[in-house]
Amino acid sequence: MDRRTIFGGRLLPIAFVLPQLLVTFLFFLLPAGKAIYGSFTQTDAFGLHTRFIGFANFVSLLDDAGYRAAFGRTAIFCALVTLLAMASALLFAIFADHEIRGRAIYRTLLIWPYAVAPAVSAVLWVFVMHPEVGIVGRELGRFGIHWDYTVNGTQALGLVIVASAWTQVSYNFVFYLAGLQSIPSSVIEAARMDGAGGFRRFRTIVFPLLMPTTFFLLIVNLVYAAFDTFGTIMALTRGGPGQATVTLVVKVYRDGVVNLDLAGSSAQSVILMLIVIGLTAVQFRFLGRRTIS
Amino acid sequence: MHRRIDWPAHLVLLLGVALFAFPVWLVFAGATQDAGAINRGDLSLIPDFSHLGIFLSVLLHGYGEAGGHPAWRMLMISAGMALSIAVGKIVISVLSAYAVVFFRFPFRMAAFWTIFITLMLPVEVRIIPTYAVMADFHMINSFAGLTVPLIASATATLLFRQVYLAIPDELVEAARMDGAGPIRFLFDMLIPVSAANMAALFVILFVYGWNQYLWPLLVATDPRLDTIVIGIVQLTFGGFTLTPWNTMMAMAVLAIVPPVVVVVAMQRWFVHGLAEVEK
Repeated sequence: MDRRTIFGGRLLPIAFVLPQLLVTFLFFLLPAGKAIYGSFTQTDAFGLHTRFIGFANFVSLLDDAGYRAAFGRTAIFCALVTLLAMASALLFAIFADHEIRGRAIYRTLLIWPYAVAPAVSAVLWVFVMHPEVGIVGRELGRFGIHWDYTVNGTQALGLVIVASAWTQVSYNFVFYLAGLQSIPSSVIEAARMDGAGGFRRFRTIVFPLLMPTTFFLLIVNLVYAAFDTFGTIMALTRGGPGQATVTLVVKVYRDGVVNLDLAGSSAQSVILMLIVIGLTAVQFRFLGRRTIS
Repeated sequence: MHRRIDWPAHLVLLLGVALFAFPVWLVFAGATQDAGAINRGDLSLIPDFSHLGIFLSVLLHGYGEAGGHPAWRMLMISAGMALSIAVGKIVISVLSAYAVVFFRFPFRMAAFWTIFITLMLPVEVRIIPTYAVMADFHMINSFAGLTVPLIASATATLLFRQVYLAIPDELVEAARMDGAGPIRFLFDMLIPVSAANMAALFVILFVYGWNQYLWPLLVATDPRLDTIVIGIVQLTFGGFTLTPWNTMMAMAVLAIVPPVVVVVAMQRWFVHGLAEVEK
């Protein structure tokens, strides 16, 4: 797709793209290149000699049971965050699409949490679920639940999942509501006249028509859960107790910044890049198809 | 039409509203209570309105024992960061989209794809090497380091490119007949035409900048550059004889209010914009 009418001159457009290209090159491509280089090399303890070691960093990474566990944990974490954030957003969107009083107010009150920083939402959850201080957490003992996410890994993972999903619901809500509003009311009316009940209408007509939105949100939510939840996890559990809430991104941070294992963290970075590239490719393939249809 | 009250809808929506409002109300109420009482497990949902002064004192003095700075300072850093990133991203993306759509120059498509690649390289996947690059450029612990590396934007460039491609050729022709050069065309034509897109993008990018956590954690270890988000999480890291729960909660409220105000005030643009940006 190109324009027919264009302006002449070469220096001006080059000057216009230069700032963006410069930032891209210096802060995106250069570090990415360094990560790829670092992942295939090994530097001695004094930083004097660097030698090429092929895939050895990747092999030792995949041999590491801790890394494989983090991989599996991240997969479960992403799946549950995505499911929770999308299902609740869909539920709210369906009812916010009804012709009811105060519709606009409901919408605003469901959209504002988009603005809450993931790291700050984690702090909010501390005050709800902290075993001694939290207004819900401190009461759970009375119901026979031994609640302490600072020592129980499963509870910690559950809390981090809920807190991460909480911040993402608004985003999904905006898209599901827009998706619902784009369904012609005549289609729904026709199904109603054919005698299809509420749930049946949803299952056979509304949900299939929402498939493009659902698929798009699926990718966005997986990316969010995998990469943007670092702040949530750090503020709530710092990856603990033990390794219980260490996702792949938390692991890169721990190994690289805290433990200064540069070769290992470079290899981890390269694996994460491949994951993002894969997800982005799927998203654009899909989006490309949507614009054609 | 019957005007029956749709009870299930109200019930579900009220539940949703409460799910989001509850923690924020809790933190607001808790901020006005005594740290010692909260520590004993007496956090209450009823605010103590005689202690609203906590917000002022956190704004002006912060929390001393933690070595933290007054919250107003952190809020200024956050606002500076959010505004610089939002405006910076919009400016450089408008310029590069303009160049790519309306001009022909060597390596034009190569430039476009280079910008596109940034989409696949979020900070989270290149933590260590980015830190190394920042250290080489002496950008650690500087405001420029906090903002400049984040202003590249493939999403914004793609959005403006779409908008500019949709402008009818006749309009461009007419402007040229009137003797408008490329600079005048940009300011008198393109910027006004895409003003609504810019407003929408501004909301999204402001929130993005305000909510950064990993980036400032990495490149700004100097407490003078602490954003409000960094400041709060730091408090949760503990090391106190008595955890200043009420201060933490007051700071959380202060961190939430500005971006929420921006989103709610510009909700109309934001909701349309989100759909546009992700197209």
